[in-house]
Amino acid sequence: MTTMVEAKTLQVYQVFIKAEPDRIWDAITKPEFTQRYFHGTRADHELRPGGAYRTLAGDGDSLLVDGEVLEVDPPRRFVHTWRALYDPEMGGEEPSRVTWEIERQDGGISLVTVTHDRLEGAPKTAESVSGGGWVMVLSGLKTLLETGEPLA
Amino acid sequence: MNDDDSVFKALADPTRRHLLDRLFARDGRTLTELESELEMSRFGVMKHLRVLEGAGLVVTRRSGREKLHYLNPVPIRLIHDRWIDKYTERRASALADLKNELEETA
Repeated sequence: MTTMVEAKTLQVYQVFIKAEPDRIWDAITKPEFTQRYFHGTRADHELRPGGAYRTLAGDGDSLLVDGEVLEVDPPRRFVHTWRALYDPEMGGEEPSRVTWEIERQDGGISLVTVTHDRLEGAPKTAESVSGGGWVMVLSGLKTLLETGEPLA
Repeated sequence: MNDDDSVFKALADPTRRHLLDRLFARDGRTLTELESELEMSRFGVMKHLRVLEGAGLVVTRRSGREKLHYLNPVPIRLIHDRWIDKYTERRASALADLKNELEETA
């Protein structure tokens, strides 16, 4: 069955992870962690409002995603803009916005929610991050924190 | 709480799979919109959406007075990693081994 899929301008991804919010915060913001689950990329973010959000290729210094940090509230909330530079067409689109929320639950479990919105001016980016994109990042984050092993 | 159980249970129903397909095509829908495509009472659709929400397959957001439903594909990926990858990988690698062996002896 083929289904016509519209580019989604607001996307929500959610996962329960058996880890404390502090560990999840580190895994989202520190390069030694992101390299192991975030498509092999290294986080290079200035964690203050107005700071730079930069995602670098794992094996070099090329900039894959850039943006501006909008909100930093460790270990609960991290908001930044997103402009994908790994494709020239996406690089020319409007910046979109990514919101990370970490909520502590009972039993040492945290709920991690990624909301990627303001994608109206970035249809190609919207398509790129849906499907495999954020799903692989969040399932990889869960696997890394729960087993210590990155996804093969 | 076993995540896998609730996801398998949620997927084991044709109406709920249909709702996921509708949300896959376009999400951010209201109950009224989802209900209009199904031969089912509003209450019935609500019940199914609650099961999907409980399994983490549907996430809701409030927008003014409306509750919008979004598809969350992450639990399906986790089922895939845990229950499908493992078995298909072995078969794929067995085929790869066979191919190597045949090509070596050829």
